[in-house]
Amino acid sequence: MQLDNLNREHMCSGHVGCPGCGAALAMRFLLKALGNKTIMIIPACCWSIIAGPYPQSTLKIPVLHSAFETGGAVASGVRAAHDIKGDTETTVVTWAGDGGTFDIGFQALSGAVERNENFIYVCYDNEAYMNTGVQRSSSTPYGAWTTTTPGQHWKRLRKKNIVEALVAHRIPYAATASIAFPEDLMRKAKKAKDMAGSRFIHIFSSCPTGWGMPSEMSVKIARMAVQTTIFPLYEVEDGLRYTINYTPKGYLVNEYFRLQGRFKHLTEEDLNSIQEMVDEDWNLLLRKAGVALETS
Amino acid sequence: MRHVLEGSHAVSEAVRLARTQVISAYPITPQTHIVEQLSEYCANGTLDARFLRVESEHSALAALIGAASSGVRTFTATSSQGLALMHELLHWASGARLPIVMAQVNRAMAPGWNIWADQTDSLAQRDTGWVQFYCENGQEVLDTTIQAFRLAEWVNLPVMVNLDAFFLSHTYEPVDVPDQKSVDSFLPPYKPRFQLDLANPCAFNQLAPPNIYMEMRHNIQMAMDEAFTFFEQMEEEFDTILGRRHGSVEAIRCDDAEVILITSGTVTSTSRQVVANLREKGEKVGLLKIKLFRPFPVNLLRELTKPASKIAVIDRNFSFGASGIFAQEVKAALCNFPGHPPVYGYVAGLGGRDITTEVIEDIYWLTKNSTAPENESSWVGLREVDHAVGQS
Repeated sequence: MQLDNLNREHMCSGHVGCPGCGAALAMRFLLKALGNKTIMIIPACCWSIIAGPYPQSTLKIPVLHSAFETGGAVASGVRAAHDIKGDTETTVVTWAGDGGTFDIGFQALSGAVERNENFIYVCYDNEAYMNTGVQRSSSTPYGAWTTTTPGQHWKRLRKKNIVEALVAHRIPYAATASIAFPEDLMRKAKKAKDMAGSRFIHIFSSCPTGWGMPSEMSVKIARMAVQTTIFPLYEVEDGLRYTINYTPKGYLVNEYFRLQGRFKHLTEEDLNSIQEMVDEDWNLLLRKAGVALETS
Repeated sequence: MRHVLEGSHAVSEAVRLARTQVISAYPITPQTHIVEQLSEYCANGTLDARFLRVESEHSALAALIGAASSGVRTFTATSSQGLALMHELLHWASGARLPIVMAQVNRAMAPGWNIWADQTDSLAQRDTGWVQFYCENGQEVLDTTIQAFRLAEWVNLPVMVNLDAFFLSHTYEPVDVPDQKSVDSFLPPYKPRFQLDLANPCAFNQLAPPNIYMEMRHNIQMAMDEAFTFFEQMEEEFDTILGRRHGSVEAIRCDDAEVILITSGTVTSTSRQVVANLREKGEKVGLLKIKLFRPFPVNLLRELTKPASKIAVIDRNFSFGASGIFAQEVKAALCNFPGHPPVYGYVAGLGGRDITTEVIEDIYWLTKNSTAPENESSWVGLREVDHAVGQS
């Protein structure tokens, strides 16, 4: 991989994330690839806390904390201001959680990418409102317990496919990435950095606190999500050209679900139907990638 | 040079002359003429600015929060429902100490849908930390918008310039449009005290625990106090360069007035005529126009209303369960002032209903002939309609 300064850290130790926080790893890898000529907008999310309280900051780059639903819009303004000042070089990045991306921030994100604003939007996805204490979001997967989908009311709705929603905007670049595949993640971040227009990266960021698992399981679970095709690694250029970056080796979903407390109520029958959904989604993605291959 | 300008275009001219760098807006009647003209100026190169055509008012202000944090001069315009949608970010803009300027066309809140003049939209935002002006005519709109940038950048607070829907936004009047050189000398390029800077990476708007939050809020109040002081100095400079001043308040024949009418916005112009007519008949009536609503000019009000034996406040707005909002503010300003005149509150002209000379004269006579205020606010010109209160 052609990445400069991989040894450089743009994130200080001593952040206040939970032990095993996938979002902390995701940030560290992303900044290694993007470098310090980066301005970051952080709408309300776990990282509003992880970055540290006044007067400290975990990040060695300028950070603009912003209101929950404003990630796409604030970045648009930062970009416009830098452009009018003649600085078209600085990379403007929005770093938002799944709530700020899939739910409350979706309108501003959709608006920004429809305008093809020249910025990178990164969603680190821990599949619920973790900062407020594990409430369900539209990113919470089928089958999950959260504090607002408790007991027999576990979530019986599918996770919103955010990447496909972004792809439908025909943006220059949309990709998934995982903390368990740092080289792939950093390659995609670097690739995004070197492109213009709206770029979207969706990073699977496991959450031991919210998912009910030991902190040392964070990376393993993220790896299994990719291996089972629950979270496939792929990228889409111009809303057309699909590339699948990891070919799974036929792992079934059971083990992934068995290791996490948030899924412990699921029966064998539930897991079977989840396996069907995962297979269905994967086949759909394969077809999209296949169609793209045929036309290219 | 004098031009016949629509009130909306008085705003656009001011924003052009201010060399605004980033504009972000979402259309809402009756704000549209302001941003259409500015779009035109950006498109034809008259104004070297980025115009962000965002997908909501919320994003319009969010984008300016990003732009102003990056150290450039910013502007937006909205009205009514749009301002209400911005509410969260109004707090954000002042809390982040960003000198954003907004033109706000006073329009009634729905339901029922009503696009006409009413000040409840912006007055409902009084606690958001924005400096608020209420303008009377096109000239004042143009001058105040230019001044708004100067003031905002001096105190690091956002400024809202309010103008009445249609009565001002869509009315053509002769307006003196200053030359660029004069405006440049009054309003130099923006020099931000802080901005997102790669050379000096800082975190803005981060977690502020109880040990620091209160001081941050106190600093905003100190900036509000400074805004009041600086306003006088700024008007002095504006007057020197451009030969005009409007005042934070304007007292018309208040010196020997027994009854003082207090107004804001376009109803002031009609009231000027009423006061002139009544004076001709020998009535001792004065008029006090309040232009600066936040910070509220408490001491000036106390001083200027001293000679009067009665005050009548005309509100084109209402706080349900209380009274007209200017009336509340005037009462609050005077209550610790021994021997202050009684304050009569009148609500008129909501949702764009005309406040005619007859309505204002009625208010004068009602006040003069009354021995004491009978309620917190009298609704003037109400039609008789059946309405049920409570469950039947």
